[in-house]
Amino acid sequence: MNKGRVWKYGDDVNTDVIFPGKYTYQPMEPAEMAEHSLEDLDPGFAKAVQPGDIIVAGKNFGCGSSREQAATCLKASGVAAIIAPSFSRLFFRNAINSGLPVIELAQGTDDMQKGDLVGVDFAAGKVEHNGNIYSFPPLPPEVLAILEDGGLIPHVKKVLSK
Amino acid sequence: MGMTFAQKILAAKAGLDSIDVGQIVEIEPDVSLSHDNTAAIAKTFAKIGVSNVKDPDMFVIVLDHTVPASEEKYAQNHKEIREFVQMQGIRRFYDVGVGICHQVLPEKGFALPGTLILGSDSHTTTYGAFGAFAAGVGRSEMAVLYATSRIWLKTPASFKIIVRGKLSDPVSAKDLILNIIGSIGADGALYKSVEYTGEAIDDMSIGSRMVLCNMAIEMGAKNGYCAPDKKTFEFLVNRAEGEYTSVYPDDDAVYERVLEFDASALSPQIARPHTVDNVCSVKAVAGTPIHQALLGTCTNGRLEDLRIAAKILKGRTVANGVRLLVLPASQEILLEALKEGVIDTLVRAGGLLLNPGCGPCLGAHQGVLAPGEACISTANRNFKGRMGSRDAETYLGSPATVAASAITGVITDPREFF
Repeated sequence: MNKGRVWKYGDDVNTDVIFPGKYTYQPMEPAEMAEHSLEDLDPGFAKAVQPGDIIVAGKNFGCGSSREQAATCLKASGVAAIIAPSFSRLFFRNAINSGLPVIELAQGTDDMQKGDLVGVDFAAGKVEHNGNIYSFPPLPPEVLAILEDGGLIPHVKKVLSK
Repeated sequence: MGMTFAQKILAAKAGLDSIDVGQIVEIEPDVSLSHDNTAAIAKTFAKIGVSNVKDPDMFVIVLDHTVPASEEKYAQNHKEIREFVQMQGIRRFYDVGVGICHQVLPEKGFALPGTLILGSDSHTTTYGAFGAFAAGVGRSEMAVLYATSRIWLKTPASFKIIVRGKLSDPVSAKDLILNIIGSIGADGALYKSVEYTGEAIDDMSIGSRMVLCNMAIEMGAKNGYCAPDKKTFEFLVNRAEGEYTSVYPDDDAVYERVLEFDASALSPQIARPHTVDNVCSVKAVAGTPIHQALLGTCTNGRLEDLRIAAKILKGRTVANGVRLLVLPASQEILLEALKEGVIDTLVRAGGLLLNPGCGPCLGAHQGVLAPGEACISTANRNFKGRMGSRDAETYLGSPATVAASAITGVITDPREFF
């Protein structure tokens, strides 16, 4: 089971604090987007985040705009997964399409704190924290295929080449 | 068993007789929208390895977010979009100044009853006001639509929101939707299709129905819907780009929740910083000082919004120390407002007229906020940092509340001027 260090945030983390609107219409590569990750929520995050870290948050993560950079910037930051009781529909799609695992976990997120180690087995649908194992429902096969191919663009390339 | 609007339209698009909630279908949208994000989408499209947009007539592209370009990088972005549109033969392109996409699509006749519209913008939900199934998607998804014209959608469960009674000026659709979002929360309708119905909805103008559907996303909804009626069809005369067939939910459709609201009992509402569901009556925060007042955006930049603000501001002046920014949602609205004298009234009162577009709503230009400043806005979002500094505050209210507050310099119940 892959383990990652937790960054913990609250309910309704919106796309504007994940990736501010003032950068949204500027041409920018993912690595530069990563430098602005969570800029208006946790200004220290972008510098301190390590590959494999996991974001654990409250309900309705990613609410607001359709901006895909909110998912792209976190993926480019090295975030391995986001765990929350619920996600906004648009963020959920954008994350899958960016190859970033998002886990809807009904229980356990309240106990996970900043700096804790959390294990994720995406294929088995299991999350481990402090010896407790939590299950989450598997993604529909159509959606899982996108994530397994590393995102929507590589997935569509693969499908079109067949 | 009967089907909801969402079930009926998704079943029809997928060529199925019936469809279950949660069922995933692959469909082809009738119309797809993108805006200033088109250059980024075009770059992603290039990575797919398909050289031509499969169906250029499916796409409507409107430049509205940072118009006209305030910096070289925005100018470059617009230039790349114009080149892409030219190269791909996309005819339905509206350059800077025509208006905000969510106003331009209806005006140009692309938001039609019974159609399926996807846009790489969260407020694409607006077109539900015309009986379309309209939802936001991401940039990669739009790039895939360029290449294949197809996308997967999951069939959402539905809420029915019944609004009884009648709204009376200056209480408006904005106050109603803020009240609804405040009561059910920013995730209250997460992933749901929201059908608005009842006497107050029947009674409403098309513009007001657009406010309700525009802000459906602010309670997490996938789409909003108002049943097309005589007002819808009248709006579409001489506009509709093609034939359309209205889709209505079945009488025995099954809803996950049915909520009821009473429009006649409603007072002016406001969303306090920094979430859209942080709603209270305007009275409860009356007296809070403001530095900027914003009248416009895809939520409230229509003629009826400018009219009610002008009615309140006529013969009065904006308070010292307050900037009133006025942004009609489109060129068509600007021309109408000029003809009626509405713009004259607003500018004489001290309003600053800006060009049709998204303006400072997304914090990129045309009136961003400094640390410690407060703005009252007719927009749809008040997130921290949304309009500039992360140490600024945005309150969301109706055009009437914004106008009344601009006069006094503090948040003010518009009924004081009625």
